[in-house]
Amino acid sequence: MNLIWKTTMRPGGKWSGFVGRGKLLRFTALEAGANVSMLMYNARDLSERYNMPDTLKAQHTSHLTRGHVLMSDNGRAMASITEDSLGWHDAICGYSTREATDIKYGATRYQEQRNDWLRSGQENFAVELVRCGLGRKDLVPNVNLFSKVYCDEDGCMHFCEDHCKAGSTVTLRTEMDILLVLSNTPNPLDPRNAYPAVPVLLEVLPAAGVESSDYCVNYRPENRRAFENTWEYYALMGV
Amino acid sequence: MAVFNRVESPRKAEDAVFDQTILAGDGWAHELQPGQVLRIVDLEGNQAADTLFYDADNPDDHYSAAATIVGQGNIYLTAGSVLRAESGKVLLKIVADTCGRHDTLGGACSAQSNTVRYAHEKLHMHNCRDTFMLQLANYEGAYTKRDLAPNINFFMNVPVTPDGGLEFADGVSAPGCYVELQSMCCTLALISNCPQLNNPCNAYNPTPIRVLIWNS
Ligand SMILES: [Zn+2]
Repeated sequence: MNLIWKTTMRPGGKWSGFVGRGKLLRFTALEAGANVSMLMYNARDLSERYNMPDTLKAQHTSHLTRGHVLMSDNGRAMASITEDSLGWHDAICGYSTREATDIKYGATRYQEQRNDWLRSGQENFAVELVRCGLGRKDLVPNVNLFSKVYCDEDGCMHFCEDHCKAGSTVTLRTEMDILLVLSNTPNPLDPRNAYPAVPVLLEVLPAAGVESSDYCVNYRPENRRAFENTWEYYALMGV
Repeated sequence: MAVFNRVESPRKAEDAVFDQTILAGDGWAHELQPGQVLRIVDLEGNQAADTLFYDADNPDDHYSAAATIVGQGNIYLTAGSVLRAESGKVLLKIVADTCGRHDTLGGACSAQSNTVRYAHEKLHMHNCRDTFMLQLANYEGAYTKRDLAPNINFFMNVPVTPDGGLEFADGVSAPGCYVELQSMCCTLALISNCPQLNNPCNAYNPTPIRVLIWNS
């Protein structure tokens, strides 16, 4: 397939940009132990955004993998996971904060470490949201690609340290025109006391048209209805 | 954190400074002062009280499901749980709870999510997110749809399995069960007493809840 664009997110790095529908977003962990925090908004109406509960309860899942659809708060399919070498991405742990980063890894400042100071998801997201005309009020639970956190019978959350191997990949297909906001910062529940220094490759490729036999469309009846809501939205706009 | 951590309250209803019943399907918004205690009572059992909180001094900072559950390392809320905002700020603490477990992941029903979960023809049905928006409309532009974030479902049981499943179950709450929250700052409490008629959790019969407030 023809690569449209690619970038390598450095540890602590961030990225935001508008991506049209019908593209593949292929993420590759270049080393073991990656975590990419991800938010998603409708490019044409930024008040519509990825919604964690609507996504999870519609698909009766607490984690994300191939076949799952990221749903918006307006009942639409925003993106679907078409390939996944890991089988589990975290949907409930949120992003790292400045306070937790300082406590876990030691306080760092630009004045001493220059660009090696340790970034937090909270600050990365705040910068990119404001850049795109949004703000802190638009922060909601995000997806953490490459991380596995499971809950035991009592609801206690457990982070799996050896989940993401070097070369692990996950591919999302955009079903809407989206604003994508990314932060290559640690999962809040990662217990390791060294700041994960894992670069992540993002490649954007053209996606084939969505067939009626599509795996994600047919994964559950709920998914098909979310796709139908998206298709109706674009049909009404005539684009 | 202990599971089903049932803790009774010493507060008496006759000492409350506020006492109101929220009928099935209705909404309620109220500003809590620092130290005030809000009790939500599940009058007939297995009702969902969909609840959001805002830092009233900084309305951009809403309740955060992720910050709350990561802060305690557990997805369920009960006595001892600390409810946090997106910034990490502590908004409230659960000081009493006779239900023992409350949902953080299920969120509020909406007209649009009803079309996804049940059928396209469910769009017209009354739902929690409409109730939230009708309440926020009373604040003259201070809050918009962008302020809606994943909420707490008091009295709801949404078990998560170790292999990553999630289901809606019933049988945790009972008539008269209550939860009590002490506000740590000035917070806006926003409640939708869920009108959901598609989910068997409430036996397709939404019922009233009662809210009481004490000064401490
Ligand atoms: Zn509801």
